[in-house]
Amino acid sequence: MIHPSQGGRWLLMLLFALGVVVPGNAQSPKDAAFLSTLGELRDASFPDKASIAERLSQGGHSSVRAVLTALLEDRLYYRNSDQKVFVAKAADADPLSLIDPLTLKSAGASPADGFTKIGTNNSLRHTLRMTVAHFSLSSPEVAVRLEAVHDMSESLDEETVSLLRKRLAVEASSRVRKAIDTALALAALDGPDGSARLSAIGTLADSVSQDVRNRLALMLDKSPDGSYVESDPKVRSAAASAVASIDRGRTFYSGIETLFFGLSLGSVLVLIAIGLAITFGVMGVINMAHGELMMLGAYTTYVVQTAMPGHIEISILVAIPAAFIVSGLMGVLMERTIIRHLYGRPLETLLATFGVSLLLQQLVRSIFTALNRSVITPEWMSGELKLNDALSITYNRLYIVIFTLIVFFVIMGVFKRTRLGLDIRAVSQNRAMAKAMGIRTEWVDAMTFGLGAGIAGVAGVALSQLTNVGPDLGQSYIIDSFMVVVFGGVGNLWGSLIGGMSMGVINKLLEPWVGAVLAKIFVLVALILFIQVRPRGLFPPRGRAAEDK
Amino acid sequence: MDTLWSPTKTGDPGGKWFLRVLALIAIAAPILNQGVPASSAFHLSAYGITLIGKYLCYGMLALAVDLIWGYCGILSLGHTAFFSLGGYAIGMYLMREIGPRGVYGDPVLPDFMVFLNWKSLPWFWYGFNHLPFALLMMVLAPGLLALVFGWFAFRSRVTGVYFSIITQALTYALMLAFFRNDMGFGGNNGFTDFKDILGFDLHSDLTRVVLLVITTVTLAGTYIACRTIVESRAGRVLHAIRDAESRTRFLGYPVESFKVWVFVFSAVIAGIAGALYVPQIGIINPGEFAPINSIEVVIWVAVGGRGTLYGAITGAVLVNYAKTYLTGAFPEIWLYALGAMFVLVTLFLPRGIIGLVQARVKR
Repeated sequence: MIHPSQGGRWLLMLLFALGVVVPGNAQSPKDAAFLSTLGELRDASFPDKASIAERLSQGGHSSVRAVLTALLEDRLYYRNSDQKVFVAKAADADPLSLIDPLTLKSAGASPADGFTKIGTNNSLRHTLRMTVAHFSLSSPEVAVRLEAVHDMSESLDEETVSLLRKRLAVEASSRVRKAIDTALALAALDGPDGSARLSAIGTLADSVSQDVRNRLALMLDKSPDGSYVESDPKVRSAAASAVASIDRGRTFYSGIETLFFGLSLGSVLVLIAIGLAITFGVMGVINMAHGELMMLGAYTTYVVQTAMPGHIEISILVAIPAAFIVSGLMGVLMERTIIRHLYGRPLETLLATFGVSLLLQQLVRSIFTALNRSVITPEWMSGELKLNDALSITYNRLYIVIFTLIVFFVIMGVFKRTRLGLDIRAVSQNRAMAKAMGIRTEWVDAMTFGLGAGIAGVAGVALSQLTNVGPDLGQSYIIDSFMVVVFGGVGNLWGSLIGGMSMGVINKLLEPWVGAVLAKIFVLVALILFIQVRPRGLFPPRGRAAEDK
Repeated sequence: MDTLWSPTKTGDPGGKWFLRVLALIAIAAPILNQGVPASSAFHLSAYGITLIGKYLCYGMLALAVDLIWGYCGILSLGHTAFFSLGGYAIGMYLMREIGPRGVYGDPVLPDFMVFLNWKSLPWFWYGFNHLPFALLMMVLAPGLLALVFGWFAFRSRVTGVYFSIITQALTYALMLAFFRNDMGFGGNNGFTDFKDILGFDLHSDLTRVVLLVITTVTLAGTYIACRTIVESRAGRVLHAIRDAESRTRFLGYPVESFKVWVFVFSAVIAGIAGALYVPQIGIINPGEFAPINSIEVVIWVAVGGRGTLYGAITGAVLVNYAKTYLTGAFPEIWLYALGAMFVLVTLFLPRGIIGLVQARVKR
């Protein structure tokens, strides 16, 4: 399996490395040799191209692999005006977005009719594939070597097998060794020697790859004339038990995957619920506009990205504080103008903040139109982390879990270790006494609400990476998040964390059984029943302050 | 909460005015529609009849919410669930009434079931070919749901905002459920294309006028029932629960029973409102369950004046009239107006429009 992101990140790293090592356009002799060899490709015959490719790879320039891969994928062009060779990002696009073959940096875009493609034929492509694989096999990057082994194991012949054997002798990384072992074992399954096949099955039984499983399952089939494909019954039974063991492994990993999906869904809920826990739990304010504060955060992400188009990679890091400030200020504004008049009247607060949510929605609709805005996912957040053949974790989900934990512990720290946190806890426990001790309760109220609102904005940044950014963004999550707060126990951050995570996991565990909609209904009904048993949630508030909440 | 209604000896002047207006509608609307020729400026069109009927149904829903919110302090953010259930009950009857006149011409199965390739009628559709059965279900479905839900909730003392949030979850869950095709309630599209009721064509002016008169009379009846309840001894207990729940409990009143029964009664009124709404509007779909609709009902009550009953109905009519006007004339403005209404009414008009009027009358 090929994972575009790995190649992409590899290119990116190279790009950084080159940017540091080769400032400007100063050409080393190695670069010059590389370029002139590359230039020969323009009008060489197909057999000549093969030998040029061989020379290029022996030259050992750092961009060889990228250039040869481009040639293999029909992405190598030369400019008709000055015969200069370029790599294109995608073949047959118009205009072509060009990459300089030397530095692998972007070289702008040009209309395609000024360029000629450097062609290949079947036998050249075969040679190239081997060269690239060979080259990748000796790459210093483990990920590149792994990918090469995976590519090669899809078309195993004598040549690749011997290449892999050679590599196995010098390979240092255990993961690559394992991949090569698997590839060699797959090759051995086709061999004539029964005991070799048996030991190959022994190696393969540890795998969890779908391809390996299918290959082994093939051995259990009967050919049309009624005889088994695999003649040796001992090998057959070994293959059968290997298939069973692979299936067990895959089931286990898919369980882990479900758990992870649940945790990532739960993280989103937690992220939203943390903000709610502060406004609802600490201040006793039901903020129905919480979802819309999230929406503001998501739109802030969009605006930040639009404002810095060249720096998508870091724009999201800029967006986090920006969203915190935008939503936080909106929160303070809400508190000062509306909510402070309604303290002690939770039902009225609920209605007034609902009105604010409608206003904010319509405001956003007026400014940005009702259409969804697309927020670009930065490169380092797309793609997936492949743990093994059965388990891969998408980066955006992984980052959201991590991000949620960071936000959670930062907020925890704010509450436990800062002056503001102390004030907030004091005011929420006994307002009159706190006031008597000289705490500016009004200021604390505004700050608390601003903090809760700001976190909603931060949650919005995270959501912008998962769903469409539109005026209705807030609505779809808000009921679930209130459920989390009620489930976890009002005003308890740990409750929100555990409540959110378990709701996410339960949802995802139920989904394969009953479908997404019914799963959600079950969770809602279960929650309504749960409140019967524990009306104040998992972690009920304690002490005197709990009485009048 | 001394600003809200308390039992007094002054009678119910506002309510009397309100009943007079209802009587006027019940008498004038048929005359203006049937008696005045279509060319006259005083002719009331079928559209007008339906619009008034719709407002009055909303008014009845608002009445149901005000009964529990204004007099017992229970804020339900899920009352459209009961409204929609009543609507679905009558909708099922109307669907069966279509009979073989559907697009697919199946004598028993409604069109959407034929479309889904169902071979026979699901058991819960039996009996809905009789209007009395549908009317029974219109009362039973919302009533039982409210009984079970209320019993569970009040027994374990889920109160205040917690109750509001779980009622919201209730209607949200029902919305998700009714959106599913497998539920057997028409999925996304719900029920529509109704032909007639008890053999009377739903599209004829006369049927519409009769439905409006029925709605008006029912609204007057439910209003009088609610008024009787809140002025009875039981009403005083509800009032006490609203103002000091624990104290009422200590005095020995079974607070939970009072709450459950008033909640059930309110749900039934909402169900009846839904059942009157569907034949006049001609469609019911899961969108009616949307939580935002329930919250909107609460704002009708707040705008009109919480804890006055007729105020809630007035609020429903006024807000919906504004909605019809604004969404037609300035679609952009409507959400701003609605949002601002929520904020301004809660901040500056805790007793709603009726409160303003009463203050003026007293002076």
